[in-house]
Amino acid sequence: MSSMPVGYEPLIASARQSSSQLTAFTGQTDEQQMPARPYLLAAQNVTKSYQKGRLQIPVLKGVNFGVEPGEFVSIIGQSGSGKSTLLHLLGMLDVPDEGEICLGLERMDNVSAKRRDRFRNEQVGMIFQFYHLLPELTTRENVLAPLMISQGVFSYLKHRRRNRERADQLLEVVGLSHRLTHRPHELSGGEMQRTAVARALITRPQMLLADEPTGNLDSENSAEILQILKDLNRDEQLTIVMVTHDRDIAKEAGRTVCLREGLVDEVGHGNL
Amino acid sequence: MYKLLLSWRYLRTRYIALASIVSVTLGVATLVVVNSVMSGFAHEMHARLHGILSDIVVESYETAGMPDATWHMEKIRSIVGADLEAITAVVHVPAMVNIPVPNGRSVTRPINLVGVDEKTYAQVCEFSPHLLHPENRKQLSFLLRSGGYAPGRTAFPPSGWQHRRNRVRIERDIQRHLQPSAAAESKAGQELADADTQRKIERSADFDPLSVALPQSSPQLPGSGRFDQPLGQKNDDVVRDDVPAVQLADSQVSDPFGNVPVNSNGAVFDPVKHQHTGVVLGIAIASTRHRDADGQVRDYYYCLPGDDVQITFPNASQKPTAVFDWFTVVDMYESQMSEYDSTFAFVPLRKLQEMRGMFDPEQGIYGVSSIQLKVREGANLNAIRDKLREQFPATTYPYSIQTWRDLQGPLLAAVQLETTILNILLFLIIAVAGFGILATFFMIVVEKTRDIGILKALGAPSGGVMSIFLNYGFALGVVGAIAGMALGLVFVTYINEIAGFVETLTGREVFDPTVYYFQQIPVITDVATMLWVVCGAVLIAVLASVLPALRAARLHPVEALRHE
Repeated sequence: MSSMPVGYEPLIASARQSSSQLTAFTGQTDEQQMPARPYLLAAQNVTKSYQKGRLQIPVLKGVNFGVEPGEFVSIIGQSGSGKSTLLHLLGMLDVPDEGEICLGLERMDNVSAKRRDRFRNEQVGMIFQFYHLLPELTTRENVLAPLMISQGVFSYLKHRRRNRERADQLLEVVGLSHRLTHRPHELSGGEMQRTAVARALITRPQMLLADEPTGNLDSENSAEILQILKDLNRDEQLTIVMVTHDRDIAKEAGRTVCLREGLVDEVGHGNL
Repeated sequence: MYKLLLSWRYLRTRYIALASIVSVTLGVATLVVVNSVMSGFAHEMHARLHGILSDIVVESYETAGMPDATWHMEKIRSIVGADLEAITAVVHVPAMVNIPVPNGRSVTRPINLVGVDEKTYAQVCEFSPHLLHPENRKQLSFLLRSGGYAPGRTAFPPSGWQHRRNRVRIERDIQRHLQPSAAAESKAGQELADADTQRKIERSADFDPLSVALPQSSPQLPGSGRFDQPLGQKNDDVVRDDVPAVQLADSQVSDPFGNVPVNSNGAVFDPVKHQHTGVVLGIAIASTRHRDADGQVRDYYYCLPGDDVQITFPNASQKPTAVFDWFTVVDMYESQMSEYDSTFAFVPLRKLQEMRGMFDPEQGIYGVSSIQLKVREGANLNAIRDKLREQFPATTYPYSIQTWRDLQGPLLAAVQLETTILNILLFLIIAVAGFGILATFFMIVVEKTRDIGILKALGAPSGGVMSIFLNYGFALGVVGAIAGMALGLVFVTYINEIAGFVETLTGREVFDPTVYYFQQIPVITDVATMLWVVCGAVLIAVLASVLPALRAARLHPVEALRHE
């Protein structure tokens, strides 16, 4: 849709890699064993490519990935390896060219846009590298945004007090009680990311999808965010999928999946 | 909820968008002002035209008019029936008025002389309210009033009998000064009067006004030209004080040049005591409007109620010849329609009929040139007109039967057309403003691409994203239109003050009373029109935001999130 050249660095990088290795590409996909336990969210044989001018650039070349309930999985890989794309597919922000995305046993990639909108709103919380807060809204309003989306005007106004209490409670958990009426531009990077975490949790989702949540933060703030995620995973059994390019950060997760050139390269548990 | 909140926040934080609706505001304000002024104008014109013209006019093309007014009026009464409220007969004839001014000169103006029945004319059309004297507004009289013309108008000079007497006194003083041997001339004047009486008899015999227009023996004195009775003053002492200030019978007042008319009672015409037949002059005939050195509008009156004027017009014979007589201005007619004020002069109907020879002396039947009707409020004018046309077919009667709308149709249509075209043009201006909104909105959508991606990532459906921008456009339109309407209403309320301010600023008259004869700019604020304008502007704003909103709705969330 957008023709803006900015923001396409991962795509461009992957295009270069893919085209240089196009001849070497066999088209073979990783044969992976489907796990015995049912996944909360799973990608099966997912391929995804982007159209760049006349070129078809494959990003995911048949990825199998699943996350069990209560798991903390990190996906690592170089820029252009397709990890963000995989996360977007898992978060129903995009649909795969081939393959399936399943929520439990329900296939989600071919349902209506409305169903997927509701899924995004209610069942996943998302955290992004660039925080992605709405600049016009205050911290508290940003946290409340998913509820504003899911509830109509009247029902929102009816539950306003309860919603607000929950937002304040979450902001207290992430340590931002003193920033309720600040606008994003008045917050530091760490504070913005903590706001984003609170926002991701407001609808009590089943899982959290984090795209490089520490990518723009200093080590101290990164550690804090990671600690919050780990606490959530441990205390509330929240399922977390975290994309990162930093192995040290990936180590914090219970399991690590490595993507390389659009394929799952290695899977490790604990320290990789 | 987020849609309302976000559009509200966008409205409050995007000043560029507010700038883009300034044109909507201005367009709406202009529309409000134009519509108010135009409908004020149109209303004023309608009211005046209708008032002056009466509802239906049955007019004869013939020189001598309709031969029998009474018969016609009876017939019309029976045709129109219960719808008829009032009816009056009128004679009108093109004429020329000579207004004597100092130094023996006179001002000549072409006029439309109307003979009216003072009892019924004011019932048929709105005539009385345009007169200057309050008593004449109640009931028209062709007798000069003692004074009190145009109360409350300080610029209007004192008029009436007081003015007439003062004027005559001054004239006589001048004359006495110029002719010290007044007593000697008194006798000569008496002789001249006899000679004039003789001439008058001749004139009524052959109807040749020229024979008396050039009296060989009348000593027309310098400085007395304005006063048409240069010799009358010499009979000062013979006039009895107990003679009431009345109009002399017509036959006694016909010769202006130095004769001394005598009425049946033997009273000599004395301008201090007597008047000619009354005439109501259109105010613009008797005055000019100009600007003094300070830029103030001033009226200069050539004559005032109490002064005498000479009116010349053709008679109704097969070979029309000019007849003329002196009339005393008894009031002025100010409808503020310059066309009428500068052409209409009203005299008593009977006087005009007799002077034009529009009567049958054997049967005592009087002819008129038109009959004017007033019908019941709400009656169908066109239906009555058509009924009358049926009864007075054009093949038999050379009459034109028209409603006031027919008569002023082109003028009314022109005003209507002007209003329509102005509205179209101004709505085009708002449409141009709509394109401004479109461009601004595209910019805002591009600027907000990431936010749109965020909203979609948080589960906002495309329709919701779209309605953010539609709401935003709607809000902008409402703000712009309301602001424009407020601005326009303020402008309309203070339009005369603003006109005055612009005048002092530029030194140019915005709304020139010398042209329009309005003291104030008339405005009518029509609520329905305002609503239409506001709704139209809001609709244009919403339509302009549809495309950008669609674009926003179609943004791919992933690409939108990557947008920087």
